[in-house]
Amino acid sequence: MSPINTNKINFGRIAMWVLMIIILFITLFPFWWVLRTALTTQGMIFENTTSLLPVGFTWDNFRRVLGLVSTSEGLAAGGSGQSINFFRFMMNSIVFSSIITVAQVSFSTMAAYAFARLRFPGREPLFLLYVSALMVPGIVTLIPNFVLIRGIGTFLDDTFGIGGSYGLLMGQMVAPYFFMTPFAVFFLRQFFLGLNREVEEAARIDGAGYWRVFWNVALPMSRPPIVTLGIITFIQSWNEYLWPLIVGRDESVRVLTVALNIFRSQQPSGVPDWSGLMAGTALAIIPVLIVYLIVGRQVIDSIQFTGFK
Amino acid sequence: MASRTSVRSSNWNRRETIVAFLFLLPSLIGFTAFFAVPAVRGFFISLTDWNLLSDPEPVGLANYQRLVQDRDFRNSLVVTLRYVLWNIPLQTSIAVVIAVMMDRLTKSMFLRGLLLIPWLMPNVIVAMLWLWLMDPGLGLLNSVWVGMGFEKWGFFGNPNQAIQSIAVVNIWRHVGYTALLIFAGIQTIPHSLYEAASIDGATEWRSFWYVTIPLLRPVLAFVLVTSLIGSFQIFDTVAVTTEGGPISSTEVLNWLIFERAFVRLDMGYATTVANALFVILVGVSLIQLRLLRADESDY
Repeated sequence: MSPINTNKINFGRIAMWVLMIIILFITLFPFWWVLRTALTTQGMIFENTTSLLPVGFTWDNFRRVLGLVSTSEGLAAGGSGQSINFFRFMMNSIVFSSIITVAQVSFSTMAAYAFARLRFPGREPLFLLYVSALMVPGIVTLIPNFVLIRGIGTFLDDTFGIGGSYGLLMGQMVAPYFFMTPFAVFFLRQFFLGLNREVEEAARIDGAGYWRVFWNVALPMSRPPIVTLGIITFIQSWNEYLWPLIVGRDESVRVLTVALNIFRSQQPSGVPDWSGLMAGTALAIIPVLIVYLIVGRQVIDSIQFTGFK
Repeated sequence: MASRTSVRSSNWNRRETIVAFLFLLPSLIGFTAFFAVPAVRGFFISLTDWNLLSDPEPVGLANYQRLVQDRDFRNSLVVTLRYVLWNIPLQTSIAVVIAVMMDRLTKSMFLRGLLLIPWLMPNVIVAMLWLWLMDPGLGLLNSVWVGMGFEKWGFFGNPNQAIQSIAVVNIWRHVGYTALLIFAGIQTIPHSLYEAASIDGATEWRSFWYVTIPLLRPVLAFVLVTSLIGSFQIFDTVAVTTEGGPISSTEVLNWLIFERAFVRLDMGYATTVANALFVILVGVSLIQLRLLRADESDY
């Protein structure tokens, strides 16, 4: 290679690195701005709006948002006096996402296994029906599902008098995601079809029943895709907003996404309590980042995997 | 082998059928209750006038007649299209650039991990963050911009800038994820093709256009179809930043449906709009798959 050529390549690479660093900066800097604002004294939010560091460093916004200071103190600090029952909403988000993840992945795995391995009349048409539901946008089933869930709630309340209870409300929130999603069944069936069936057949010949073959032979070989699906399901449930908004506004089951937007909409429209809002936002971001530190590699692998398998 | 042929030769094995049914039972309950029946029921609700409080009143196709003449619906269609047209081309091309740069510069997992962070955050949180950055008076963006001597942006408060601002927010959230998908696609292109191209004297730029892009066609089709379908259904960001305003400039279809259903309690008409969106999405994905010849790459 001629030296000129090498120079050219180096120049191109430097330009690419510069661009990459700019992109990284745009990606990450906003998170610092959230923290910087959350640590700024509410009254000083108008001053020095471009300062990279918090203006008048304080933890008060976090304490205010968590309800650790009295309302009058909070008002004095420039807040709306609203606190956000952060730990409860966080717990609700965890319960909501965990129930959905465990149930949906288990039931979808069973269904996928039946479609891939068991022979029964009507298998192909039924599978096609499942897959065709992939095309239906969420908003189409949203209203009928709301009507159904509301009806079931009223019925259970009339019969057992459990209206407004945590169990019923949480049940109403998780129900549509609880049993299956077409994507989960489709994804795992593809995997099972690619799995070598000889081990399973050997176990059958040795006299193992269907359930034992599934539980002791097929499942242990399918850990990676099941974990992958679990991670994706959890992230999606954690981010869910519209459905929890229409069936889970009640404070006892309110999840973090709904709570944060309600907190925002209760702000006086002229002068929102930005440092309080950003303290709430930061508190919601931190747990996601911690989990991501632990399972990050798996998340990245699973996205590349689901895209193309 | 012996067992397989014996199963084939027999008719349905009754035990196996029963087991299969038990394996399928939970998913069947969910599929029937929350996917199949609601999809059909949605159509029947759209044939009624229903405010949830009294019984639904059958009105035939009146909601569909109303739909065709409804200016709000037409506005909503235009707004959604404008959003999609700001969102998808920018997002996809930036993602391709990032993916190619990742491929050429470093395969670092850490870098990919950093670029993915925005996508992990709930829409609501991302929207909240940008609502602050783009606050016309105190937000960082205007503070810097005005500090440089330019005129203030209105962002979410300006009807001519609101939908673009929402597009920017969602591009920021999704571009890393999209880049990751495209990056994974690039990894499947055999290295020997680039070598052959470079022996034939192709520059990096030419090998990008004539090797990378054509071979990426199936991946790009997949990415475009899924992100386009998602884009048409934008809701969360609107709910946090503008709630459809100012003066309906961000009243996207999903917001219109939500507002008609749960604010005005006009269930019949809201489902009608939802069904229209469904038809549009089916149409869009069919056209797109055909245009992109998704099933084949060029080689």
